[in-house]
Amino acid sequence: MTLAPERPQTASLVQQFEYGLDAPICLTWELTYACNLECAHCLSSSGRRDPRELSTEQCKAVIDELQRMQVFYVNIGGGEPTIRPDFWELLEYAVNHQVGVKFSTNGVRITPERARFLASPACGGYVDVQISLDGATAEVNDYVRGPGSYDTALRALQNLQDAGFQDAKISVVCTRQNIGQLDEFKALADRYGATLRLTRLRPSGRGADVWDELHPRPAQQRELYDWLMAHTADGEQVLTGDSFFHLAAFGESLPGLNLCGAGRVVCLIDPVGDVYACPFAIHDNFLAGNLLEGGFQQVWQTSPLFQELRSPQTGGACAKCEFYDSCRGGCMAAKFFTGLPLDGPDPECVQGYGEQALGQLGGERVIPPASQDHSKANPTRNQPVMLKLLTRPPVSDCAESPLAGFDPDPRNP
Amino acid sequence: MDALLGEPWTLSPSVALRPEPFGALAYHFGNRKLTFLKRPELVTVVRALAAAPDVRTALETAGVPASQHAAYAAALRGLAATDMIRPRTTVQEAPR
Repeated sequence: MTLAPERPQTASLVQQFEYGLDAPICLTWELTYACNLECAHCLSSSGRRDPRELSTEQCKAVIDELQRMQVFYVNIGGGEPTIRPDFWELLEYAVNHQVGVKFSTNGVRITPERARFLASPACGGYVDVQISLDGATAEVNDYVRGPGSYDTALRALQNLQDAGFQDAKISVVCTRQNIGQLDEFKALADRYGATLRLTRLRPSGRGADVWDELHPRPAQQRELYDWLMAHTADGEQVLTGDSFFHLAAFGESLPGLNLCGAGRVVCLIDPVGDVYACPFAIHDNFLAGNLLEGGFQQVWQTSPLFQELRSPQTGGACAKCEFYDSCRGGCMAAKFFTGLPLDGPDPECVQGYGEQALGQLGGERVIPPASQDHSKANPTRNQPVMLKLLTRPPVSDCAESPLAGFDPDPRNP
Repeated sequence: MDALLGEPWTLSPSVALRPEPFGALAYHFGNRKLTFLKRPELVTVVRALAAAPDVRTALETAGVPASQHAAYAAALRGLAATDMIRPRTTVQEAPR
């Protein structure tokens, strides 16, 4: 760590984290861009495999390096990681090399047999399974995740429970459509002996296209905050992946670090070995390097981008807000992908400054174009049909009225 | 004074310490708890536990002044609560 800024010895733990760590605490590794689903809000715009994806041997070399760096666990995602033919082999390899695995899946390959494997001593209790579910009912879930995806997720949870797998996670992205279902999600989790995990909708990847329609309304943010405060008090387990620190400006902080960990304690390795500052920032602006060039450690410790993220931040327009110490300006990715300046308020700032900033930009607001897109070229039957969202009329004249623009008597005014 | 100071303790066998600029990160492979040791001196103490006859000796080895022993004892109790360190009771749990 030669380029790192001077680190004060007496700083608090959160300040220490802002200066970065020698290795990440929370590393997300997306194994493939291939996916059987086409979720409307996919963070990584997944769908098709990238021909440059890391081979089995390259993945094992990454695991070896993570073991050397003492990265004690990774969050594996995608795409749908389990459709990589070597997924189970890599899972076992990681577990045997002291790298625990938490993987996110839509459940498509969690058969009774795989569930028994996950519950077996081969995994040594060292594997966490997160089943993605974005609605407590099929109607709400399939609306964004596609037809049949609710049944797939519940079947996977049932298989895990039947196999005796302990403490699966149900991972929910909170949206305008499902905030009202928090109690139902909790009941579902209880039914399957699972733990509920709620995370924030980010305008990243395909999420940029649907964020305006899906992100919770201001009153729903309050509802979510109150629900989380009630359900994380007295040690009750509802996980949040530390993703709601922007809600801290309502008052009390939620459990967790409550800081943006991008490039400091968090990063993302994508399927081709590119290293990004965080899982919600797959964009050239947040690309630190590729691990095939000199290894992951070199990227983590010496990339200029990460050095910059670990330098003291000014807080910009937010610095004079009395809540700045609570929310620390919110989520970098949420600002970037909604076209807001990185040193300004979060678009979902609970004090309303985000909406104000978006309003001021108005038509001038420029959403950064995507740097990569692995979406399927031709939609399949799994594509979600967000019918209710088509509130604007189709644009062609003929759909408006068969006689649009036709004046039988041009002499009439 | 905390009775712990006169007892033999050790790092739990399933815990790994990862050095960090502020101290270390302790990870328990059994219960999967992650804890931060916020001072380099505390890391030295924790590493010295297994070879020391008691906690007080480990503190002295690490150069912690007697006036801070109570505070360190409290920090060690905190680590014990999640089994990062544990009392050394049998010969089988010898130094790693």
